[in-house]
Amino acid sequence: MSKAVGVNIRGVNVSYGANHVLKDVSLDIEPGEFFAFLGPSGCGKTTLLRLIAGFNHADSGEVRIGGTDVAGLPPWKRDVGMVFQSYALWPHMSVARNVAFGLEERRLPRAEIDKKVAAALELVGLSHLAQRRPSQLSGGQQQRVAVARTVAIEPKVLLLDEPLSNLDAKMRVQVRRELRDLQQRLGLTTIFVTHDQEEANTICDRIAVMNDGVVQQVGTPMELYERPANLFVANFLGTANILDGRLVDEGGRRWFEIAAGARVSVLGDAAVPAGSKLVFRPQHAGVAAAGTTSDLPGTVSHREFLGATVRYAVRVGTAEIVVDAPFQNGDGLHAPGAPVAVTLPAQAILWLSA
Amino acid sequence: MTAIALTLRRYSAGATPGQIGLALAIALFLAVFLVVPVATVIYVAFTEKGTGAFTLVNFQDFFATDLFVRSFWNSIYVSLMSVAWASAIALPLAYLTSRFEFRGSAIIQTLGFLPLIMPPFVGAVAMTLLFGRNGTLNLLLDDWLGFKIPFMEGLNGVIFVEALHYFPFILINLSAALANIDRAMEEAAQNLGCSGMRLFRRIVFPLAMPGYVAGASLVFVKVFDDLATPLLLNAKDLLAPQAYLRVTSIGIADPMGYVISVVLIAGSIAAVWLSNLALRGKDYATVQRGGGGLSRRTLKPWESAAAYAVITLILLLVLAPHLGLLILSLATVWSFSPLPDAYTLAHYARVFGDSSLYIKNTLIYAALAGTIDVIVGTAIAYLVLRTKLIGRQWLDWTAMAALAIPGVVLGIGYLRTFYGVSLPDGTPLATLWIMIVIALAIRRLPYALRACHAALQQISVSVEEAAENLGATKARTVRRVVVPLMTGGILAGFVTSFSTAAVELSATLMLVQSNSDAPLAYGLYVFMQSAAGRGPGAALGVIAVLFVALCAYASHRLVERSEKKQGAVR
Repeated sequence: MSKAVGVNIRGVNVSYGANHVLKDVSLDIEPGEFFAFLGPSGCGKTTLLRLIAGFNHADSGEVRIGGTDVAGLPPWKRDVGMVFQSYALWPHMSVARNVAFGLEERRLPRAEIDKKVAAALELVGLSHLAQRRPSQLSGGQQQRVAVARTVAIEPKVLLLDEPLSNLDAKMRVQVRRELRDLQQRLGLTTIFVTHDQEEANTICDRIAVMNDGVVQQVGTPMELYERPANLFVANFLGTANILDGRLVDEGGRRWFEIAAGARVSVLGDAAVPAGSKLVFRPQHAGVAAAGTTSDLPGTVSHREFLGATVRYAVRVGTAEIVVDAPFQNGDGLHAPGAPVAVTLPAQAILWLSA
Repeated sequence: MTAIALTLRRYSAGATPGQIGLALAIALFLAVFLVVPVATVIYVAFTEKGTGAFTLVNFQDFFATDLFVRSFWNSIYVSLMSVAWASAIALPLAYLTSRFEFRGSAIIQTLGFLPLIMPPFVGAVAMTLLFGRNGTLNLLLDDWLGFKIPFMEGLNGVIFVEALHYFPFILINLSAALANIDRAMEEAAQNLGCSGMRLFRRIVFPLAMPGYVAGASLVFVKVFDDLATPLLLNAKDLLAPQAYLRVTSIGIADPMGYVISVVLIAGSIAAVWLSNLALRGKDYATVQRGGGGLSRRTLKPWESAAAYAVITLILLLVLAPHLGLLILSLATVWSFSPLPDAYTLAHYARVFGDSSLYIKNTLIYAALAGTIDVIVGTAIAYLVLRTKLIGRQWLDWTAMAALAIPGVVLGIGYLRTFYGVSLPDGTPLATLWIMIVIALAIRRLPYALRACHAALQQISVSVEEAAENLGATKARTVRRVVVPLMTGGILAGFVTSFSTAAVELSATLMLVQSNSDAPLAYGLYVFMQSAAGRGPGAALGVIAVLFVALCAYASHRLVERSEKKQGAVR
């Protein structure tokens, strides 16, 4: 396997007519990294992936693969392997012929092609199905053929376009582990496009969260969850309470007032830029009986028992706060309609703006 | 009694007596007018004249007679060459329209409907005047360059006219197949290092193969069965003309016409069977998820110019029969000169006098045939889609099998089967004009059936269940809900049947007994037989073309309008 290469994207803009799909996108993907483009549909992640593969043109900016600017290279000269969302297996060829295709296009000798096809199929555990037609395979098997076909040419970079979206939930968990194992074994720089945060979190080293053609934040899954850079990232990754309010100074301390009589003390050294909102994860807050604390008085509007946790929706003024309380046997639960108070440790609070 | 009732219940599978009666009536209609005549033809071919004993002697005679063997190979040669030339025209056009972004695509798509509405024999004579040995093009070539191209010599003429006429069948099917290819199929190949013509050869064309083969086999069968075009071009050493000439000149007792008919049927079926064999396991439509067609790019200026040049050339060729027909209908004398000596409207005046009878007959025949088709078509569609009647699929298959029966074979079958059946006053059934109507109806039934079937398929069953829930019986539901909703499809089916029946000739040629019963297409054929009749014949042809074009336009509008009306509900 050749040495892994990095992908560097600098100031890329792509427009379709008046539709500005990618806005000044810059990213550095390290050699050997498993990297995800994560975002809702229409955020530009697939456009960016196809740009790397050569199926799109950038209006400005550059894409470097292993240090080389690829702007002038057509898709067939780029040596980046792409696994398509629909797999795009050719139905008129057997599995083995599908896998051999890229090697044949590279004019390798027959013996070498056969060896590499066997190796690629071995890698994905499908040697026994080499002579089948794609239509005779299950979805998971087709997906593995698509991967084998792509890695057989030993590409510089592996691109995966929502490769799990056509699989059922159980297969998805299995296949994403296989993909991760494969990537680790090959040490191949891999870019994975998905709209599913769980997929991205479980298999990727780093994630670029995208929205509306703009990279919102780049980081490891943990960094993104714990220190989201803005409201979009906080909301897109996991559940977050996002509360509006205003800063008030009283008695020499700063408070963030959500509603009349409901306010949170702001840590002395916390920077709270103008227009910020109060953000925290449900599991970082607690629910206490009314009157035991002065934090955020409210009433329980919904209660869902989830087994390990109890999820409360607590109405505080006009806002509704979601709190996940761990459930231990014998705990008394707060009933809907009960007056309660939401407890919120100051360290758990993030101040974010759009 | 109980046993019979039980059996009845088992076979009816919950159908109402009305539905069973309807199914039986349709089965009877198809049996009498399709199955029995065709079976009779086959029976006669395989039995000894007079005794009725099984024999293969007739086939031995067929293969021992030079003329028939030559006709057999000629038919296959002409059909294959027509497919080859039609492909040579259709492939570049399909490639252009599916691959590139340019306005000529619309023109090409429009071309696709010409052969659906106009049989090739209409323009055949005009083609001789344009491309024949002493036709316009060859006279000009001879003048300027000193050589001639034998476009129309012998079988070449049939191949030339048929290929020009039927290439859109390949174009339509191939374009549809190309449009169904998932773009990712192509991109995956590019991603793995493939591009250009290699990409087309290794990925795109194999994936579009089913569409190509479907179109090509259709062209083969159409050409193989065509009777009127070779007759008008005087290429008689082909199977269909031989069958016709045998029966009309020697008589319906001679077995050879029947043997040729069986060979014609076998040829049609073999072509369809071979194409199915070639496509086995290759119906890719279900495997492909994305669709959306290949990626298109805009043409560079010089490419665009070249593309338009190709299209203009093909367009000129395709319109040549129609243009030629128009010129011929207005010409005083057109012989040994690139263009007619002078122009006149006399031919139109003549045919308007003489041919009002033809036009009246055509209107009556085609309207009746179309009506029969949509009634039977709607009924079969309803039985197939909405009941669980045992054997309902057979009605559908039998009706569709009419596609494989050449018109000349059906005509011979009718003559043989119904000649022996006489009315009380002694006229044989086969000589009545109503038999022409029924033959036309049987020939066009598959088209109407498919239109009705598609229309009914689009109606949700719950719409009917709602009517029944509110107290309507099955019959009343059909009348008040189903048929009104199907109107668009039924109308489309009617107009297709009507307009193609109006210009159908092969079965008609066998069945027309007197000039007073003849439709437009027959009159056209009779006129075209003589040099003096060409002008009036062409005028009649122009009238037929306009007539059919008007019908096609009307059907298009009707379908559009009824779709718009129902669009809000669906």
